[in-house]
Amino acid sequence: MILAVAACVSARGDLLVEATGGEGTTTAANREAFGMSARNLTTDERRVFEVGDSFFTQNWVIAPSSTEARDGLGPLFNAQACASCHVRDGRGTPEEDQPGLLFRLGVPDGELSVPEPVYGDQLQDRSILGVPAEGRMVRLYVEEPGVFGDGEEYTLRRPMYEFEDLAHGSVSIDVQVSPRIAPPVFGVGLLEAIPEGDILAGSDPEDADGNGISGRPNWVTDPVSGEPALGRFGWKANVASVEHQVAGAFSGDIGITNPVFPDESCTDAETECSAALGGGDPEIPADRMEKVVFYSRTLAVPARRNLDSPDVVAGAGWFDDLGCSGCHQPVQQTGDDPIPALVNQTIYPFTDLLLHDMGPGLADNRPDGQASGTEWRTAPLWGIGLTETVTGHTFFLHDGRARSLEEAVLWHGGEAAAARDAFVALSSDQRSQLISFLESL
Amino acid sequence: MDRKRSFTALIAGILALSACGSDADEGLQNEVVEQYAYVVHESYSMSLASATEMDAAIDALAADPSQANLEAARQAWIAARDDYGPTEAFRFYGGPIDADETGVEGLVNAWPLDEAYIDYVEGAPESGIVNLPDEYPTIDAELLGSLNEVGGETNVSTGWHAIEFLLWGQDLSPDGAGARSLEDFTTAPNANRRIGYLTVASDLLLGHLQSLVDEWAPDVEDNYRAEFLALPPAEALGMILTGIGELSRGELAGERLTVAYEEHSQEDEHSCFSDNTTSDIVANAAGIQRAYLGDLNGVEGPGIDELLAATDADLAAKLRDEIVFSVSAAGAIPAPFDKSLAPGVPDDDPGRVAIFETIVALELQADTLVEAANTLGLELNLS
Repeated sequence: MILAVAACVSARGDLLVEATGGEGTTTAANREAFGMSARNLTTDERRVFEVGDSFFTQNWVIAPSSTEARDGLGPLFNAQACASCHVRDGRGTPEEDQPGLLFRLGVPDGELSVPEPVYGDQLQDRSILGVPAEGRMVRLYVEEPGVFGDGEEYTLRRPMYEFEDLAHGSVSIDVQVSPRIAPPVFGVGLLEAIPEGDILAGSDPEDADGNGISGRPNWVTDPVSGEPALGRFGWKANVASVEHQVAGAFSGDIGITNPVFPDESCTDAETECSAALGGGDPEIPADRMEKVVFYSRTLAVPARRNLDSPDVVAGAGWFDDLGCSGCHQPVQQTGDDPIPALVNQTIYPFTDLLLHDMGPGLADNRPDGQASGTEWRTAPLWGIGLTETVTGHTFFLHDGRARSLEEAVLWHGGEAAAARDAFVALSSDQRSQLISFLESL
Repeated sequence: MDRKRSFTALIAGILALSACGSDADEGLQNEVVEQYAYVVHESYSMSLASATEMDAAIDALAADPSQANLEAARQAWIAARDDYGPTEAFRFYGGPIDADETGVEGLVNAWPLDEAYIDYVEGAPESGIVNLPDEYPTIDAELLGSLNEVGGETNVSTGWHAIEFLLWGQDLSPDGAGARSLEDFTTAPNANRRIGYLTVASDLLLGHLQSLVDEWAPDVEDNYRAEFLALPPAEALGMILTGIGELSRGELAGERLTVAYEEHSQEDEHSCFSDNTTSDIVANAAGIQRAYLGDLNGVEGPGIDELLAATDADLAAKLRDEIVFSVSAAGAIPAPFDKSLAPGVPDDDPGRVAIFETIVALELQADTLVEAANTLGLELNLS
């Protein structure tokens, strides 16, 4: 089946490969499709994966508790477990009764952004008994109409936010707010195993080739070594390694101190937070956190589906013709890695892992490292077609504003404006072919 | 809960890879699915019955808080766990126990427990809902229900382990179980509130178990059982296999055994207050056997065993042996479980050897289940 398709569109073969995540790819296409271990792990590795899974999935509880290995929640937090936001290892939802969307805070300092002086760099909307939560965000959507080339109308919803129930008075007048949805987790180990040089080879900061697409690396500071490192993860490529990402999430999102971030995330103003009991020092030790990192790195990427469908094949053509693949680069090759299952794999993440200016429509206007207020990292597209099956929703982009894949495409601006305009100019059938292609991912 | 994740509607996931054979095959498939539904209903009914006895013992303790009544309530909890454990083989496919919106698993069997959210713990003598009369003047079903909103993100304060914690207290000794004193129910601060919490939690548990019994009750037009039996048999069989496969590998071998074994985290055991964890493990393994064979209370199958034997008798014999063996391997793990987990206990300690053998046995049977599914023309992906 695959061979036949490849023969038809040999020039675009990279767009129609089933084994998206190399030899570890899973054929699961159900609710658990994002939660499978890489199929090429050994039995021993799979046990490490299961231990990591446990600490990723189970709730953390208030200290002190009998389950000493799992206590230390808060004092301030957004969620009780990694899996609370990364539901079934997938994408979080912006719905207000769910914890899948958090808000990064900052104030300007020259061209950079530094933590908000009273509330820090993240709004934590929950807390343990006896400690006030920082506050919460109230959201309002404004509908913005648009028209396709064929006259069909659409609307996009633009979110607006307002702080409410702030525990320590108002935020700074110049506060910068960046909403961030919990992204899917699978495949991050493979992305981390792509040689740095390969990613940098795709960068074109001054758009020397004149194609309107820049591609900039975000050089961030490694929290352990203090050295500059290439950012690969997070919505603005603001994190260099999976370990850094996991450690940051334990600390900021759940309130679990760890070897990388040993202090509770209480600011000077938050005295009840500082006075609360901890659950060990650190609350998750190095070897256990490493297992969560291992788990995150070895979650399998789900295989493509329906690659022999004529609509999917035609959609692959549009994906290329419209220029989507300029940033959503289909194929990458991994190099060396401590985990053999991740070594030398041909993978199809559909990202260049670089920053691109996406225009004012999507801008959060909060710089992050070297990423400007309008730049975002090209999001990987693998597995995106299973979002609804796994998580029950189809909210996309950094703040979940897009209610469908089509809306996600329509929000693209800046360097992607030409591709978006080309999409808008397609006929209804052609647009649905492109969407069919995305749904096959 | 043992995993917060729920495994729901595998409609897209279980692919019937082959059109499954003759009418005779389909007849047997339907019989296997129907027998499974009988086993599930009967199992939940047995669990409800012994939980009802526990509830009566808790009421007796509430009416007359004596040492004898406290002991009786504890024994009733342990007895009731033996009937709940096997039902965990009916999870992981989005049935009534762990459906996305309506599943009660998180309310019934949540683990780890936010003890300090419920009552005092060592180092926090005034913590918990029990000790916050100003904030929570009345402890009733409404309060505990509101603190456990399904689908929301709240600390969990109900279910088997909440009752266990209230009956035993923290397990602070290396050898024995928790030793909550009778004074906690008589003269200690907030003793009445503690008793109130216990009776309410027990009532709530009965209600949740009743809902599971109802969803699987025969001859009801609009319950889950009716929906389940209306599925194409290949799909229902895929769900049955997913349940026992996930319990075998990811949940029992992985979550409950490997994590505790590898991490030497002494209280990373599920019934840590009562030290009943070894019995829980055996009950889980026995539940897999029950769901697979379709045998219960003298009623014999047909189960997936018979279905598989019709296609590949050798594989069926192998899988049956493996499942029977894992139950006996689990039975050989010495109690208390946490003794084998203490820091520094070597891997050749008999307790650790027994745990490891059980892990390997369950992993093997999970691999064979995947093979069996393929043989039956089904695709089974285990985490």
